[in-house]
Amino acid sequence: MDRRSSDRTSPQSSRIGWGDAVFKVALTAFAAVIPLLFLALVGRLAVSAWPTIRAFGLRFLTTSTWDPVANVYGAAPMIFGTLLSSLLALVLAVPLALGVAIYLTEFAPGWLRRPVATLVELLAAIPSVVYGLWGIFVLIPLLRAYVIPPLQAVLGWTPLFSGTFFGNSMLAAGMILAIMILPYISAVSREVLAAVPPSQREAALALGATRWEAVWSAVLPYGRAGVLGAIVLGLGRALGETMAVVMVIGNRHDLSVSLVEPGITMAAVIANEFNEAAGLQRAALFEVGLVLFGVTLAVNALARLLVWRVARGSAVGSRAI
Amino acid sequence: MISGLTRRRLLSRIMTGVTVLCAILALAPLFAIFGDLVVRGASSLNWDFFVKNPAAAGDTGGGVANAIVGTLIIVGVGSALGLPVGIGAGVYLAEYGGGRFGVTVRFLADVLTGTPSVIVGVFVWMLVVRPMGHFSALAGGIALAILMVPMVTRTTEEMVRLVPHSLREAALALGFPRWRTTAQVMVRAAWPGIVTGALVAVARIAGETAPLLFTALGNLNFRTNVLQPMQTLSLQIYVFATGPFEEWHRLAWGAALVLMAIVLVFGLSARFVTRTRFRDG
Repeated sequence: MDRRSSDRTSPQSSRIGWGDAVFKVALTAFAAVIPLLFLALVGRLAVSAWPTIRAFGLRFLTTSTWDPVANVYGAAPMIFGTLLSSLLALVLAVPLALGVAIYLTEFAPGWLRRPVATLVELLAAIPSVVYGLWGIFVLIPLLRAYVIPPLQAVLGWTPLFSGTFFGNSMLAAGMILAIMILPYISAVSREVLAAVPPSQREAALALGATRWEAVWSAVLPYGRAGVLGAIVLGLGRALGETMAVVMVIGNRHDLSVSLVEPGITMAAVIANEFNEAAGLQRAALFEVGLVLFGVTLAVNALARLLVWRVARGSAVGSRAI
Repeated sequence: MISGLTRRRLLSRIMTGVTVLCAILALAPLFAIFGDLVVRGASSLNWDFFVKNPAAAGDTGGGVANAIVGTLIIVGVGSALGLPVGIGAGVYLAEYGGGRFGVTVRFLADVLTGTPSVIVGVFVWMLVVRPMGHFSALAGGIALAILMVPMVTRTTEEMVRLVPHSLREAALALGFPRWRTTAQVMVRAAWPGIVTGALVAVARIAGETAPLLFTALGNLNFRTNVLQPMQTLSLQIYVFATGPFEEWHRLAWGAALVLMAIVLVFGLSARFVTRTRFRDG
């Protein structure tokens, strides 16, 4: 399979050989940027975080004092806040997103599928700072007027809803996050469900199942891993989301399970304090970044493995718009 | 027996209705946000809005000319740095990416796509801003380029992979060397798709804020020097929305409408490129 055809003169063919080699080296250099970036990110964060890693060790993750004056740093409230806001977002977004995905693959009339799918995915095109703006001036007033009073009247005695509502709150952050991750979860689950072989559906229907039973007992179990991957992908987005959260969560360094009170997340604290931080506080913020990077890395890797198992090779859900 | 079947059919109906409800609920925030953007944003758009810089804090009037120009410059810098690398890496993965190195690059690209953008911000601060001694639009562009590379890599790879194998075989059979086959046949055939991926990535970074907080920083004045701090629409919205003045809030909505329009222009032109391609094919 010699590609240098015999009718070419030898100087030309040697130039062609060179061309191939140079071309491959150039492309390899571009490709090498990605692993180099990854290593530089991990290395840079770790080196910059080293002062607080050495000073506080594992206590950094478990204590909740964040005091730039006394130079004592503990990240427990923001780790907890990140998990709580993301969990809240999942609780709100997953049922909706799965409902949308099932509707679009199973029930919607053909002409409606593309427009609705496009519109839902358009949510992913809205910049997060616009979500934050909308959260401040539309969602929070809405919560204050119509949601919080009845919610506290009924459930105010539970730790989740006790406390004073100032506007900026864990609930506002969780709701904004839910809207933001919904298009990702629904788009990926839709593609996963669409990839389920029609024979699964037809077999269930042929056995006398209703359309819903076919979905519930044949389609969903078949796509389980992929749907789980879609959810984990959404979780990854929620964990790292910064601007929308920093604008509505209140940024208070408190460890509180109350959803109506202000909270803080890892991404939010970096956005909020980095430009004013120096010395050990800056190192602490780098360590927060390192922890966040590690968590999102693990979550995204898991999501990729789950989705890859269903739709091998193709980057499902990479289309944002 | 019959009542059991009726019940099951009823359940099927109900669950179908529930999924319809889910779709409506999912679309509600979209319409709410776009509605608010248009209603509140359009009322603050006027000639001054596009040609003036922000007024002094507390004063009325002023515009976001500096932020509009700044957004275009920083996104331009980011694209100029990020697109060639991303497209090159994507072509590599499609053409030579079968080995262990290719698998690693692909996996890391996917993982980096999910990296919180604020982390890229602090990374570039350490890498560029600190050595330079000051914030700059260039640092902001570098941060955006880092966000673009993994996205563009993966879409480019997919698009080149979609090109039929027969085209490659035909080119090789005609005596094309491999590199010309890749560059002039495969990449050219995949080009509309590659452009689509690039436009989607540009749309995505145009709305980014977090990576610019510690790199481009923002600037209340009109600046075109990329070595100086520069304003973008996203940074402007953040400052105005979290500030105390009514006038700022008004400008924030206007800026958000303009930013959304920029993002949609890139996003929709991406769709348009794909559509023309399919029509031709």
